[in-house]
Amino acid sequence: MQQPGRAAEIKAIGIGKSFGSFRALDNLTLDIGRGEFLTLLGPSGSGKTTFLMILAGFVQPTEGKLFSDGTDITDRPAEQRAAGMVFQGYALFPHMSVEQNVAFPLKVRKKSAADIKRRVGEMIERVGLVGHEKKLPSQLSGGQQQRVALARALVFEPGVLLLDEPFSALDKSLRGQMQAEMKRLHQETGTTFVFVTHDQSEALALSSRVAIFNHGKLLQVGAPDEVYDRPDNRFVAEFLGEINMLPLKGVQPAGNGATGLCEDRAVNMHCKAEKVRGDAILAIRPEHMSIAREAAVGENGIAATAIASTYLGAATKLDLTTRQGAKVTVSVPNEVAAAALSKGNSVWLTWPAEKGFLLPDGGQ
Amino acid sequence: MRGVLSDRMGAALLMAPLLLFLVLAYAWPFLGVVKWSFTLPTPGLGQYEALLTDDLVQSVFIRTLRIAAIVTVVSVAAAYAITVVWVRGTPAQRLIAEFCILVPFWISVLTRAFGWVALLSNRGLINTWLQSIGFISEPLTLVRNELGVVIGMTHFLIPFAVFPLASAMRSLDERVLLAARGLGSSRMRTFWTVFVPMTRSGIIGSALIVFVFSLGFFVTPAILGGGRSVMIAELIYLRIFQSPDWGLGAAISVVLVLFVGALMALLFRYVKPKQLV
Repeated sequence: MQQPGRAAEIKAIGIGKSFGSFRALDNLTLDIGRGEFLTLLGPSGSGKTTFLMILAGFVQPTEGKLFSDGTDITDRPAEQRAAGMVFQGYALFPHMSVEQNVAFPLKVRKKSAADIKRRVGEMIERVGLVGHEKKLPSQLSGGQQQRVALARALVFEPGVLLLDEPFSALDKSLRGQMQAEMKRLHQETGTTFVFVTHDQSEALALSSRVAIFNHGKLLQVGAPDEVYDRPDNRFVAEFLGEINMLPLKGVQPAGNGATGLCEDRAVNMHCKAEKVRGDAILAIRPEHMSIAREAAVGENGIAATAIASTYLGAATKLDLTTRQGAKVTVSVPNEVAAAALSKGNSVWLTWPAEKGFLLPDGGQ
Repeated sequence: MRGVLSDRMGAALLMAPLLLFLVLAYAWPFLGVVKWSFTLPTPGLGQYEALLTDDLVQSVFIRTLRIAAIVTVVSVAAAYAITVVWVRGTPAQRLIAEFCILVPFWISVLTRAFGWVALLSNRGLINTWLQSIGFISEPLTLVRNELGVVIGMTHFLIPFAVFPLASAMRSLDERVLLAARGLGSSRMRTFWTVFVPMTRSGIIGSALIVFVFSLGFFVTPAILGGGRSVMIAELIYLRIFQSPDWGLGAAISVVLVLFVGALMALLFRYVKPKQLV
């Protein structure tokens, strides 16, 4: 249906937006690759939706430039940009049937009746709405409305599809199903997808790259495993999932990575110590730590006492306190947690060097 | 915590004086009118037969419906434009629109009718001005005919047409309009294919209100029609106070009330009461 070459490549340079004295977006520079699935992730008010609206052409940036396939589109009105867009709440035309909704962008483009009929039919089939063509949006379930919105946004083969929290109104199981569907649509159409969400697991599951926003600033862009395993800063580290932070002293480069003192024990990290020297924070995800009877010489480890556990089914979340009072959470197999708790005293927490990373002390 | 029941009781108590007033001042006397229509001058259905055969009564009915229809179309169209500005304009535009909607309520219908006579008559402002710039040589007949009646009534009814429209436009999801533009639709096209159809309930409500009001107009047609464009309310007045033919006047009133009642029933089928204010 669509050649991957038609997907748009977008370049944002120094984009900023102020609403009065409120700085919604600050000096954002970002390249969105052809056919990429980019997620804009952040809490509400972080600027992610503002950026999406700027991409769609509904909001005019206060400063900066926007390029699509090398053409400056900063001042181009929304109706001439022809980005497909799926809104929060879908924004279907309530007075039009499913078929008419999907045909709308083609009618606007003055396609022939036969062409419209064929493409609308194909698209409705592709999103699994055959049999619902004549229904009004109000007669459809949330998931079906979502499909209509997707079909309407994709039917005219836009270079980029913009999605504003499209799943926020769906229940959990339906959301998973729609996520899978969207991934499939992305592969089939080859179009560039830009997706806004505040749900980090959704972002990690769907995207080829994730861009994390906070307070109007773009903090980090990278592949899901990259931003999850190697966050640049504390906000990104914490926003993407639970994380343990241990104070680290005397950080210095060592070989390929860095070394430092964690609760008076030498630990190694594979990441570079270029950005931080001296005091820093060592961050490790709960699932990357294990419980051991003791740590071998040269192995990363600290002593801790298990204090509480939460049974999660597949695993158990175990809360511990280190000797110097730092709180640590680990995710371990159920029987390991039971054993650690029954002993009621000291265990060792260990982790592989490549799973610990350095964050600047205290700062964001 | 206040229960639903006590809320309802409170509402009923607050509405009671109004209901009592309506029953005493309208419903009860109207039953008397219904009685006259069957008993004056002689008992029977004679007055209703006359309604069906009397040429004058029929021509007035038809004229009333025609004027009401024209006034409805013109008022709703004009009100639509004003409401778009009022609901979706810049703050300054909104203020001006609001002013234009509210000011007519401060001037009595009688004053406004005479105001229109002063503007529209042969030696009125408009004709004098058009003649002085040489646009016309003979004065235009703008008043003491149906045109004058339509102008006066439209002016009176536009503000009433605004409220149902405003309610429909306010409840419209802004994102749907953005979606249309994002899909490539120009502002004009979005207006006609998305905005207008989505305010349909407001248009129906607005049209029915204006139409129903138009049917009962008395002062405006009497003054601006100059006796030549008699509408139904004026005919009732003439039958009761001048002919006097109370039975026929009563029968016309009953038919008018039934017709308006049917239209109101239609109105509330399409539009929720809260959308009208």
